[in-house]
Parts: sequence; structure tokens; C-alpha cells
Amino acid sequence: MITGQLAFLISDYLIWSVTLLGSAWLLLGLRNRQQRQRWQMVLKRPTAMAAFILLLIYLLVALIDSIHYRPLITDNGDSNIPQYAASEVSVLDQLLLPLSLAQERSYSAPLALKAFSKEQITTSSGPKRVYARLKHSGAALAHEQDHLTDLLIRTAKGIGLSLLILSPIALWLGSRKRKQVHPNHQPSEPSTAAPSTIAWKTAALTIGLLTTLFMVAIQLGGDYHLLGTDKVGQDVLLLGLKSIRTGILIGALTLLIMLPLALVMGTTAGYFGGRIDDLVQYLYTTLSSIPGVLLIAAAVLSINLYLDQNLIDVVTLQQRADLRLLTLTGILGLTGWIGLCRLLRAESLKLRELDYVTAARAFGIADWQILIRHLLPNLGHIVLITIVLEFSGLVLAEAVLSYVGVGVDPSMNSWGNMINGARLELAREPVVWWSLATAFLFMFTLVLSANLFADAVRDAFDPRLRGTQ
Amino acid sequence: MIRYLIRRLLFALPILLGVNLITFALFFLVNSPDDMARMHLGDKRVSEAMVSKWKQDHGYDRPLVYAPDQQGLDRFTETLFVQHSLRLFLLDFGRADDGRDIGADIRQRMGPSLAIAIPHLIVGLLVTITLSLMLAFFRATYVDFVGVLLAVAMMSISSMFYIIGGQLVLGKLLNLTPISGYLEGIEGFKFLITPILVGLVAGIGGGLRWYRTLFLEEIEKDYIRSARARGLAESAVMFRHLLRNAMIPILTGVVVVIPTLFMGSLITESFFSIPGLGSYTIDAIRGQDFAIVRAMVFLGSLLYIGGLILTDISYVLADPRVRLE
Repeated sequence: MITGQLAFLISDYLIWSVTLLGSAWLLLGLRNRQQRQRWQMVLKRPTAMAAFILLLIYLLVALIDSIHYRPLITDNGDSNIPQYAASEVSVLDQLLLPLSLAQERSYSAPLALKAFSKEQITTSSGPKRVYARLKHSGAALAHEQDHLTDLLIRTAKGIGLSLLILSPIALWLGSRKRKQVHPNHQPSEPSTAAPSTIAWKTAALTIGLLTTLFMVAIQLGGDYHLLGTDKVGQDVLLLGLKSIRTGILIGALTLLIMLPLALVMGTTAGYFGGRIDDLVQYLYTTLSSIPGVLLIAAAVLSINLYLDQNLIDVVTLQQRADLRLLTLTGILGLTGWIGLCRLLRAESLKLRELDYVTAARAFGIADWQILIRHLLPNLGHIVLITIVLEFSGLVLAEAVLSYVGVGVDPSMNSWGNMINGARLELAREPVVWWSLATAFLFMFTLVLSANLFADAVRDAFDPRLRGTQ
Repeated sequence: MIRYLIRRLLFALPILLGVNLITFALFFLVNSPDDMARMHLGDKRVSEAMVSKWKQDHGYDRPLVYAPDQQGLDRFTETLFVQHSLRLFLLDFGRADDGRDIGADIRQRMGPSLAIAIPHLIVGLLVTITLSLMLAFFRATYVDFVGVLLAVAMMSISSMFYIIGGQLVLGKLLNLTPISGYLEGIEGFKFLITPILVGLVAGIGGGLRWYRTLFLEEIEKDYIRSARARGLAESAVMFRHLLRNAMIPILTGVVVVIPTLFMGSLITESFFSIPGLGSYTIDAIRGQDFAIVRAMVFLGSLLYIGGLILTDISYVLADPRVRLE
């Protein structure tokens, strides 16, 4: 057991609170029968179900990577006072320790035994240039010819193990199903909100496939570099996994900042109208007339310069990178609330004319109470749809911003930084493709899942689309 | 309509002033000119004299908004706000931090940006509209289902992968086009093929979905049904009735980007080393040249507002039912 001192970064606190608040909001919503049916509609769609599971797994990895602590230094001489390391380590780092310890000299292809480029070694007959064996790849192999056999055996082992785990569960589920059907050989009456409408089959299939993938990855990744190594010899799989937190954070924290802004501005502008409306409209027209990337770049440039000169006492590298990430999400949030604000303003304009709002006003209920009790609950679907739609765009934006030079800290693991570093290596012969491919794979899976899920959520919750279903 | 346009132009003024204030705040209030001088001179061992010399050389040696030591109106005009921010209204962009004339740079770099952006816009529009009309034609069949799924998958890929992939496949593996670079004139056409093609492919996913939804909304309407009832062929219904009536939303999306084409595409131009305004801006951001970034922010919003006004005019031209009053 590794002990240490918990040392949460600011973004850790934020992502945990976003997750907890978000789940609380969703769970409270589920008490409402109508909303429960909506969510069932979402999960009825097989693609949405698979996407939902993938998103949960990404979130889980990001959350595990957001528990930071300073490990206890075991070898601290003779003093009895416990000392802790100077840099923060996350639980995910600890879990992936074998990967980060297996550092090579430089590039190596996925699953390769030897380095990607020749290096000079001295033998008894003078210096020779050879492809050196990797230190941490296939270390247990006696002969190089066994490479392929070993890979196959490991893959088979992984599949076998996952089958071993999955088959009891599958059998149990199967027997339960048969029992349900058996008694009178009649299909049960289709009730209005039967839970069987959810795409359980897809869920089981997705989980099964992911388990298999996970087991095979463990079998292969334990003794090889499953996705190769990068320029300084770091395992690319590790980089890809560590980047998940950055991607999720950018999406989640940006939404956290833009949400209250859009809610307050949109509802007050729509409900009160008049001067407030003019002001809010002027504000968002002005902001939206500046091209997005330029506004973000300008803001990041000038705020980073400010931070560089005023925050010399920020202790660790991680905390510095963390602050940069927070400013980036802050700026993305400040420039991103406009779309949602417009929608909320339009909806509030419509809602304030409805009978129940007029009635509430006639009863003398205070404006802010009408806003909170009567308007807000009826704006939930717009907020939800916008959140899921915007999320994927934010993940994509990170890569572009990092390329432009106004993204996350260069020391931070992110897909944008991975692409940026790997881009120049394409000029090599043969091409170093695996860093890029890994970033692509991780990003594509997340964004595609988010898009598919968002589509299903929109179709289920948007009242305008209800007629077409 | 003239009166409407004049009113719109007058409304644009406060917005531009707001943009101006935002950039002023970002570049002069968050960081004082002293900070900028130190950054450009390098942080270590910078004397006060060096800072003030840098400020003098670059015209930053004025007070921010009010100069008490000047006479009359000069108290307000001899300030950074007037000299560096309000000047932009006269399209006087001043000098970059390395002393180059920004206005001249912009004029020179406009051409390459347009050489990429105009063909991209036209070809992209033709291809996406044709494809999405096809999807609308095959609505609720497997063609439509697979098409939409493909579109979602395509829009889930970062534009940077399209660019890198295009360079890799067309430039390196197939050896068809140069990987990057730019030449003036007819000779330079081969340099434009990959960027335009890549831009086209990268935009198809999002475009396809947007136009398909638009056409499907329109296809439910009564006039389409009556056109069919009169025995018109489906293709005639599509092109003569559907497309013309869907013109307003199409114009909304397209016309507004026409003026901003001058700005070029940041990522594409930088990846393909095209000396346009996009790569100009990126270089300025990387080199932390605030004067250029400030100029480009202002120019960008100017063009965007111009685009909004053009959109209104295009409505009148496309649809006789629209009157601007």
C-alpha cells in the first residue's frame, strides 16, 4: 500500500464537484416520470447506449486521474518526521506505474522488440550500428523468433481470461431471462414504461468487447509497448490515457463556467426585457463578432503574460500547468456562453407570456422567485441539449488551440500536444505514425461517443422534434 | 432599403467600439506596456532605460487614456487608446512590434488567403448541397442512415487529422501534390489542390448534417406535396421547389462567411505554409506580437459585421417576400 498526503489540485476539486453536482441533478430529474421516459428513449437507441458506456469509462479514467497526492518518501534518512515528495502523483499514475517505469531511449514501433532507429554499440570487433533490443519489451523472450508466438499466446490468454470473467455473468443473465419467459409461455404484456425497452443487448455487447480489449491490453501491455514509444521513449499508451483527464476537464470546466453566465444573462434578459435585454444583447453581439479563435488567442496570450509575471510563488510544475488549464477553460467559458444565452433568452421571452407566469405575478410573487421556481425548471432541456452538443466541440478545440500555441501547458499530457509533437515526425522515413494514431484513436472515440449520445439526447428531449419521432 | 442599411451601419458602430474596448482592455490593462517591453526584451536584467527606449521606439510611451501634461484636445488624443485602438477605425493598423507596416502586410497576404478560401467555399457548397439533397431524396432508407452515421463519424475527427492525412496520402505516399508551399500564378495551382481538397473533406460531415436537417424540415411542407400531386418528377421537386425555398437558411450560413474569407484559415494556411493572413495571425500569436493580433481581431469583427449586413441584402435578392424596412 502506497501512503501519501492528499494534495488535490484546484481542477481536481472542480471536476469532482462537477461530477457530483451533475449526477445529483440527473438523479433528481429521474424522479420525474416524464424525464425517466425521456432517458429511456435515449438509451433505447443502441448507438447511444454504447456511446454512454464509453463516455462513462472516459469519465472514470479522468476521475481516477484527478485524485492527486504526494507520495511518502520511504528513504528519508534517519529523521522520523514523514516527508512527502515535492510533486503530485495521481492514482492513475500509480496504477500505470509499470508503463511509466518502462522508459526506452527513443522511438519504437507498437509491439516491437527493437528500437526504431539504429544506434551505435561497441562490440569486440569495434563499433557497430545496429537496431538495439528494447529494454522493456519482450524481456522474458529467450529467442527473437518467438516474438510472434508470444504475442499470439498473450492475445489468446487475454481473450480467454475475459471469457472466463464474462461467461458466468452471461450464463446468469441468460438463465434469468429464461425463467421470466417460461411460466405460461406467453410474452408479457407490453407495459407503458417497460424497462426492457432499453438496449440492454448493446450494453452487454459493449461491456463484453471492452473487457476483452482491456484484458488483451493488460496481457500485451505488461511486457511490450502496446502502442509504441515516443521521441523520449515514453510509452504512447500511457500518454494517451493521461490525456483523457485534460480532454474531459476542458469540456467539463468550460461548461461549468459558461452555464451560470448563460443562465443568469439569458433568463434575466428574456424575463425582464427592456434595458437589461438591450445590455445583454449588446454584450453578446459584440463578443460574437470577434472571430472565436482570435478572441481566445488574444485573451490567453495576455492573461498568460500576466500570470507569468505575477505568480512566481506557485510551487510545483503541476500546479502551474493546472492554473494555465483553468485560465484556458475560463476563457473558453467566457467566450462560449453566447449560443446558450441566445437560446435561453428566446425561451424565457416565450415563457414569461404563459398563463402560469402571469398567474404567479398576479399573486404577487417576487420576480426572482418566479425566475427560479417557474422559469428555470422549464429550461432544463435546453441546457441539457446544449451541454451534450457543446462538449465534443470543446474536446476538438483543445487540439487546435494547442497547435496554435494558446492551449494547455506544453508540459501537460493532452491530445493536442501529442498531435503537435508527432506531426513533424511524419517527415521521417519510414513514417512514425503511432503517436498520431493513438491521439486519433482516443480523441475519435470520445468525440464520436459524445456526438452520438448528444444526438439521442436531443431527439428525446427537444419538444420540437417530438412530432417526428 | 437604403434607410435600413444606414441604420444597420450605425448600429455597427457601438459594436465595433465594444470590440475595440475589449482588445484595449486585454492588451493594455491586463498587461501594461512595461510588461510587454520586458517580455520582448527578455526577462532578465532589463533596466528601466531599456524599457522606456523600447516603449518609445514602438510608440507605447503615452499614457493609457488621459495625458495631463498635454494641451487642449491633445490630452485625449495623445494617448494609447486613441493612437493604438481608435486608429483602427481608420483602417490604420500601425506597425508590428518588429517594425513592419501591418497594413502593407495585410494587403500583400490577402491574395493567397483568397486563393484557397474562394475555391474551397464554392466547391464545398456544391458538394455538400448535392450530397445532402441526395440524402434527403433517399430519406428513411439505409442510404440515409449510413450517410448520417458517416457524417457523424467524419465530424468527430479533428481537422488537424484531415490535414495531416491529406499531406501524408496525397503528398507523400502518392506523390501527387507538393506537401506544402505556395507560388503565385497558374504555376502555383498544384500547391492549392491539397489544401482545398482537405478543407472540402473536413467540412463535409458537419455540412451534410446541417443541410440534410434543413431539407428534411422543408420537405414536409405542403407546397412540396402539392408539387408532387401535380405530377412533377421528384428531381424537379427537389431542385426547383425545395432548393429555392431552402435558400434563406442556406444564405444565412454562407453569406456571413464571405467577407471573413479574407482572414484565411488559421490552421490550414499554417500547415501548408501558405503566406496568407491565417498563417500571419498564427505567427503573430506564437511570436506574441500584440500589435498584429490586435489588428486582426478588429479586422475580423469588421468583416463579420459586414457579412451580417450582406446577409440581409442577399435575403432581398433571393426571396421577393422579404422586405427590409
